[in-house]
Amino acid sequence: MLYREAGQFKSTYAEDQQIFPIRQDRVAVFLLLAVAFLVVPYVANQYWLSAILIPFLIFSLAALGLNILTGYAGQLSLGTAAFMAVGGFMTYNFVLRMAWLGIIPSFILAGICAAAVGIVFGLPSLRIKGFYLAVATLACQFFVLWAIQRIGWFMNYSPSGVITAQTIEILGYAFDTPAKKYLLTLAIVALLALLAKNLMRSETGRAFMAVRDMDVAASVIGIPMMKTKLLAFAISSFYCGIAGALYVFCYLGTVEPEAFTLDLSFRILFMIIIGGVGSILGSFLGAAFIILLPILLSVLTGAFTQATGIEPSHAVLSNLEVIIFGGLIIFFLIVEPHGLARLWQIAKEKLRLWPFPH
Amino acid sequence: MKRTTFALALALAAGFSGSVLAQAKEQFVPANFYWVGPFAPGGSGFGGGIIDYMAMLNARDGGVNGVKLTWDKCETEYNNARGVECYERQKNKGPTGATVIHPLSTGITYSLIEKATADKIPIISMGYGRTDAADGRVFPYVFPLITTYWSQNTAKIKFIGQKEGGMDKLKGKKLVNLYLDGAYGKETIPVLDVQAKKYGFQVTHIAVTYPGNEQQSQWLQIRQIRPDWIILRGWGVMNPTALRMAQRSGFPREKMLGVWWSGAEEDVIPAGDSAKGYYAAAFNLPGTQHPVMKDILKHVYAKGKGEFDDKSRIGSIYHTRGVVAGIITVEAIRTAQAKFGKGKPITGEQMRWGIENLNIDAKRLKELGATDLMQPLKVSCKDHEGGGAVKFMQWDGRKWNVVSGWIESDQSIVRPMVEESAAQYAKEKSITPRDC
Repeated sequence: MLYREAGQFKSTYAEDQQIFPIRQDRVAVFLLLAVAFLVVPYVANQYWLSAILIPFLIFSLAALGLNILTGYAGQLSLGTAAFMAVGGFMTYNFVLRMAWLGIIPSFILAGICAAAVGIVFGLPSLRIKGFYLAVATLACQFFVLWAIQRIGWFMNYSPSGVITAQTIEILGYAFDTPAKKYLLTLAIVALLALLAKNLMRSETGRAFMAVRDMDVAASVIGIPMMKTKLLAFAISSFYCGIAGALYVFCYLGTVEPEAFTLDLSFRILFMIIIGGVGSILGSFLGAAFIILLPILLSVLTGAFTQATGIEPSHAVLSNLEVIIFGGLIIFFLIVEPHGLARLWQIAKEKLRLWPFPH
Repeated sequence: MKRTTFALALALAAGFSGSVLAQAKEQFVPANFYWVGPFAPGGSGFGGGIIDYMAMLNARDGGVNGVKLTWDKCETEYNNARGVECYERQKNKGPTGATVIHPLSTGITYSLIEKATADKIPIISMGYGRTDAADGRVFPYVFPLITTYWSQNTAKIKFIGQKEGGMDKLKGKKLVNLYLDGAYGKETIPVLDVQAKKYGFQVTHIAVTYPGNEQQSQWLQIRQIRPDWIILRGWGVMNPTALRMAQRSGFPREKMLGVWWSGAEEDVIPAGDSAKGYYAAAFNLPGTQHPVMKDILKHVYAKGKGEFDDKSRIGSIYHTRGVVAGIITVEAIRTAQAKFGKGKPITGEQMRWGIENLNIDAKRLKELGATDLMQPLKVSCKDHEGGGAVKFMQWDGRKWNVVSGWIESDQSIVRPMVEESAAQYAKEKSITPRDC
């Protein structure tokens, strides 16, 4: 009843082409952002900020990066964690060796480094497709970690291979509390998400989707294969690189190269599969599912034992959480193979007809 | 639908506020360990030990001077991100917040150093973690107690020297350092290089990729080198694999020496006969013959409680290591209470003072019933390590037998390296070291 577009007339092309054509959507998104920027930092405690919201935003960004490559341009990749590692370690090095740059330019430069690595390892995509490409990007995953572990320069010759992020300072203003780090992360993620959304609505985005749907047809209608595919790799790796930099600087603070294993790449791939392949919103929903659900399950089992007084063996509980999590993944994939974003879309369509469906 | 959401919200609220209702005379110690995954034997064993000890104290003495010890479990999965989440979830529980944190993972320790220092919660990384944190001037809130990896490594070389018949006999010998590729495995490379130069032996560092169940090429390389000794720096599944590979390559197990994370029952039993004769370092000894272990059996397990369903794990290396962690934690609480008020819960900041002034001498060990379970420990503001000596055990196919006395580490090698590394950290983070 409330969610209806009746009476909203569009009289210009600009109005017709805006990101959220329905006014209720615009209001909702605006409110969400306003709450996230203005209310959350004051209301949320440290636990929510630094253990839940910041990792959620960072993984959303990484999933968004992978979604550009896999969801929009159709190139399957297993190198996401490696691109994140490049971003994280290069930011550390830029801040360490060129402190005059400032943190934001260091982030951007590190993102560009990740993009360069992405282009190099994207070259095989010109000849191979699908699962075979995934195996080729696996090489990237192993090579990058190998290089970071073996070449002492990347971690400033630390004997254990661990780097500690420097303090974040922008124009003399230190981002030292969880609330400030959250705001910085949120600002970067919101900006990059907006850019991604617009990019996918542009000519570039349409070229990506044409390549994804049928690359032969795309090249016949004049889309340059090499440029498009490599651009997709570059943009995707840039996003992942920034996510990696935030992971090191705003979240963990201290990392070892092993934080960026193949396991992490798979987790991000699962995020976009569950959230929705080829959807910006899906990246956020998928990240929420993979990151937050295990924590919710563990909090719920804790509350359960407290409420009922039954205390089963903790090993059983821990394993049970993992089993339930796996079960939920299968459940959602069966109910909606196109991901949570598609479920959301269906819900919105139903809501528009509610309460009088035909 | 509405009702379930409401119930969910209630359940969540109950989960978060449960701690607020806790009584004031309690001391909260978070139990952030791991019960699932490839490293679960270590996590559940150590966690079981520390919880069993606290449960025993509550049952026997009613806590520490009347202050009950409480704990909550949180599953970290040996994963840095989950470890940080658990830390944040637990740090404000109890009347005075988390007293102390045992991360039980080198990676999680690294992730928590800055956060815990800012929150004024001490970290005890007993036998793991960041070695240079032994310099308490730069790391006020981090305590790599008993022995760090570097100290232990010098004791290992001394032990090898003893076996060879003197440190001068080490000259020209060939050693292989077989390590799990990661922060934990790499930690001892610099200290081995320094000792190689000092004693004139050759050392080759061979990395095994995570998780370590694939070691074909590494052992091919070992066969080419023909080392006199192999130092095994493994964790989890890598250890039994290395022992089996040694048997297959015909390398004598009596020439293999493991770090303490390679020296538990769980590391050798899966390797079967091929583990016979293998040496491992230890800072705590296994068994149930110590009075403190008997008390745990009497006050906890005899009443049908206790952390292990599988009773054969009681008194295993990981279990007694957890008990040692429990002893240290509780003794530090006792020390802090003696200064800041007996019978009152202490804060993390006061706990820091307690750990820093901890002195468990031989007499106190006897009172605790832990003589020979662990070594005496004396911590100071400058030295956050405290002990430094290591014993060596040999596996006879059924149990670990102690084959050495407490071998002191060589602080003349370790301490300058610790201070240099800590100074570099202080410079990077612009910390002014405390005056001790």
